[in-house]
Amino acid sequence: MEWETIIGLEIHTQLATQSKIFSGASTAYGAEPNTQACAVDLGLPGVLPVLNEEAVRLAVIFGMAIEANIAPYSVFARKNYFYPDLPKGYQISQMDHPIVGVGHLDIEVDGETKRIGITRAHLEEDAGKSLHESFHGLTGIDLNRAGTPLLEIVSEPDMRSAKEAVAYMRKLHELVRYLGICDGNMQEGSFRCDANVSVRPKGQKEFGTRAEIKNINSFKFVEKAINHEIERQIELIENGGKVVQETRLYDSVKDETRSMRSKEEANDYRYFPDPDLLPVLIDEAFKSQIKANLPELPQAKKLRFKTDYQLDEESATILTTSRPLADYFEATLKTATSEPKLCANWITGDLSAALNKAGLEITDSPISYERLAGLLARISDNTISGKIAKQVFEELWQSTATADEIIAEKGLKQITDTGAIESIIDKIIADNQGQVEQYRSGKDKVFAFFVGQVMKEMKGKANPAEVNKLLKAKLQG
Amino acid sequence: MHTKSLTELAHGLRSGDFSSVELTQHFLNRIKKHQDLNAYITVTEEIAIQNAMAADARLTRGQVEPLTGIPIAQKDIFCTLDIKTSCGSKMLDNFIAPYNATVVEKFNQAGAVHLGKLNMDEFAMGSSNETSYYGAVKNPWNINTVPGGSSGGSGAAVSARLAACATGTDTGGSIRQPAAHCGITGLKPTYGRVSRYGMIAYASSLDQGGPMARSAEDAAILLQTMAGFDPKDSTSVDLSVPNYSEGLNNSLAGLRIGLPKEFFSNDLNSDMAAKLETAINEYRKLGAEVKEVSMPNLRLAIPAYYVIAPAECSANLSRFDGVRFGYRCENPVDLSDLYTRSRGEGFGKEVKRRILMGTYALSTGYYDAYYVKAQKIRRLISDDFKNALTEVDVIMGPVTPTPAFGIGEKIADPIEMYLSDIYTIAINLAGLPALSIPAGFINDLPVGLQIIGNYFTEDRLLNIAHQYQQVTDWHQHTPKGFE
Amino acid sequence: MSLTANDVTQIAHLARLGIDKQDIDSYTKDLSGILDLMTQMSELNTDNVDPMAHPMDQVQRLRVDTISEQNNREKFMSIAPQAEAGLYLVPKVIE
Repeated sequence: MEWETIIGLEIHTQLATQSKIFSGASTAYGAEPNTQACAVDLGLPGVLPVLNEEAVRLAVIFGMAIEANIAPYSVFARKNYFYPDLPKGYQISQMDHPIVGVGHLDIEVDGETKRIGITRAHLEEDAGKSLHESFHGLTGIDLNRAGTPLLEIVSEPDMRSAKEAVAYMRKLHELVRYLGICDGNMQEGSFRCDANVSVRPKGQKEFGTRAEIKNINSFKFVEKAINHEIERQIELIENGGKVVQETRLYDSVKDETRSMRSKEEANDYRYFPDPDLLPVLIDEAFKSQIKANLPELPQAKKLRFKTDYQLDEESATILTTSRPLADYFEATLKTATSEPKLCANWITGDLSAALNKAGLEITDSPISYERLAGLLARISDNTISGKIAKQVFEELWQSTATADEIIAEKGLKQITDTGAIESIIDKIIADNQGQVEQYRSGKDKVFAFFVGQVMKEMKGKANPAEVNKLLKAKLQG
Repeated sequence: MHTKSLTELAHGLRSGDFSSVELTQHFLNRIKKHQDLNAYITVTEEIAIQNAMAADARLTRGQVEPLTGIPIAQKDIFCTLDIKTSCGSKMLDNFIAPYNATVVEKFNQAGAVHLGKLNMDEFAMGSSNETSYYGAVKNPWNINTVPGGSSGGSGAAVSARLAACATGTDTGGSIRQPAAHCGITGLKPTYGRVSRYGMIAYASSLDQGGPMARSAEDAAILLQTMAGFDPKDSTSVDLSVPNYSEGLNNSLAGLRIGLPKEFFSNDLNSDMAAKLETAINEYRKLGAEVKEVSMPNLRLAIPAYYVIAPAECSANLSRFDGVRFGYRCENPVDLSDLYTRSRGEGFGKEVKRRILMGTYALSTGYYDAYYVKAQKIRRLISDDFKNALTEVDVIMGPVTPTPAFGIGEKIADPIEMYLSDIYTIAINLAGLPALSIPAGFINDLPVGLQIIGNYFTEDRLLNIAHQYQQVTDWHQHTPKGFE
Repeated sequence: MSLTANDVTQIAHLARLGIDKQDIDSYTKDLSGILDLMTQMSELNTDNVDPMAHPMDQVQRLRVDTISEQNNREKFMSIAPQAEAGLYLVPKVIE
């Protein structure tokens, strides 16, 4: 039987605020256990939550970026369950009135664009951490993370393969970092994914029973975990079994998912509006203030790059996936007064390759946009040829000198002096009479030979256009 | 000294008739002498003397506020830094609060003397103070009767003069009912007027702290310190606080009093009705006009309240899990055992009953039928009050169906106990301010008159109560043996 | 409306509330009685009524995003039933 896979993702992004969503404790990662858990985070008797404005602002930014409705009225609710990393015995979350409504995100898979629906995104507080390394057989609880603001982004069950799920997750990861609402650090748990996976016979309308795979925290594992889960479900059904609705945990070491004991029993979360918090009203003024300061979104930026700079689809896409990269491009362009296309080619080509090789982000590039602009300017004004430029680029990467300094020091300046080029051409024509004859008898291809010889003689510093022009004239006699 | 009003005490301290240390010692002695009342859970003798010495120093420097050097006591629901804060529960018997409630902080800044923590129904759930882990409080008017609850310790302490005044909290009548049973003045302010930060939550959308004192004049002084916006409480209202003492002597001429016919039906005990009639006649003499109003949905206040309050409490009390503070059972075998036994052993019966009730009302399949329905009825009741308060300035009625009942009389029947809240809980659902003032005696037990006002009209309520207390002396009666 | 002892046991489990076996019947009776009281609410038609969650129609105030709380771990841990190495300890959690 042919099977179809249905995947929906719930992604938890920690919002990049200084303080927690309902308290004034720091959200910084990596502090000593429980040193950033204040009275409110610990759920001491009598404490009360007060909502962090920045968390609301960041959620609204996200909502605008996925073209979703921003709820004018949203409500915090208590989700009740007992777990030692949940100090109050309930999580403050949103149920009936999430802050961000229906939106979407476009992904590209195998050269095709697919629109993935986003059902909702809601604000909630993160839980603490259980440390399982043994304390005389006990579990240690660190509540530093408790109360860190989370935006839970829930997709529609629109993905049909692990590959699509990963593409969606990557795109979302790029977006939240682009927007600056989440640092995207997956090792530190800033960006976490739960996947709802089900299978159904191809052509069947109803969804199959789904299993939820919890906390898969790398792109690689998402793909592996989902593929593993798909296989497990198909095998199960084909052997006459039934998929049970349950929560499963992915074990990256064994590359398998297993049922989570702690979530075995069906929960009744008893959601109800949190009486300690009032409804959040987001008015037009709040929204327009955010809109005014909203960074240009990747989609809009891509369009602008294509129209304003005449870039092709591929360069425009690459340059606009990351805000720092796009900013680098535009800064370079502004400084260099060079051709946008040339600039784009250098950044998406040589620079990206070098960064990739060195494992660096654009923000850590050893070549500042000013220094790259200096190189591009010399290419544009014909001081150096493209070939020499690659040599200068190497020097730029290694040193702190400017392109001009490197060109001067290494004597790489392109020769545009017609007299000098002419004398070289004369010499080469004299030395290669056989080829001259061939050319004159109609073998145009030989022309390249002459260009090569001239360039070799001039160590690549001759202006190629000038060489072409002069050679043509001389060869035709 | 213990018979003096707050104004008189402040005057005595300022003019040097007695020091705060002397005054404090006097109250501490009385507390010791009358410990059989069981009004206090914790007496902070050393802290009280330290506070008094600091207040005396402040008095000599002339940096005086109305409560500087005055010995007061806190309901044991307010968190007090480094002092046991039990909330009347075994669950918190070992809980030394690591921070101060905003209200406590305000009293400290005012230079008040902290005598100790007052007994109360466990987690403020009760109308008789009998659900306290620390045992029932006795009513100073008759030690075989209850002082009311949940602020029963506060009611008894103020009535027996074991504190110059006290704080209470009111979720369904927990200030007004003990005030009525103990013959004192108790005010539940508008929801949001007094910070809830550090006040251990029972039902967050209903809880409100307020003053319990011997007179409206004293209550005004106490409220002045308690009231005000608190950025730590999202439900605190950012509205300036009027001077509550300033208008106490305003005339009541033309005051429009509404009497809800639902309060004065045939169900009302005839003795109680007679006492109320006498009190309302005093108001007529003071120039008030009296008319009947109707609030048809009041009869559903009890069921609505006993869904909403337990629902909120079922979540509010989940934090008591034996992990970070409070009671933990011995040798838990696993996590589930830790939770179940710590909570099962740490909470008393009434608290468990309400947690179960609330858990049920919020659970799948019942949420709409109970919780949402109750919230809708809450709206209708609130609208009833809003409508009535367009026709009249204040609403008057009984506080309790009867005077204080006997210890042990109702504790076995939770529903009968709940029904004794019938006149008070609707006010919490609406969030309105209301006070209870002494209005006479039935069988030597005090009865209270309830006065309900519009939002943020505490000043007017205090004025109305004070005027009555200028022409009556019910509030000046002291129970025998406590003079 | 009346509850069974089994209902009460289930609710108690949801609330992680230990109840002595011999008390279950009395809780069952009490809760059933309270539920009867609740059913009075169904007398009233509330179809077009907005549920009221708060006494006043107030709006959530927003806090400026600044760090106002400092480390107070020692004080907080001093009241913990069991703590070690800066961690709260509980019986082993099995995921």
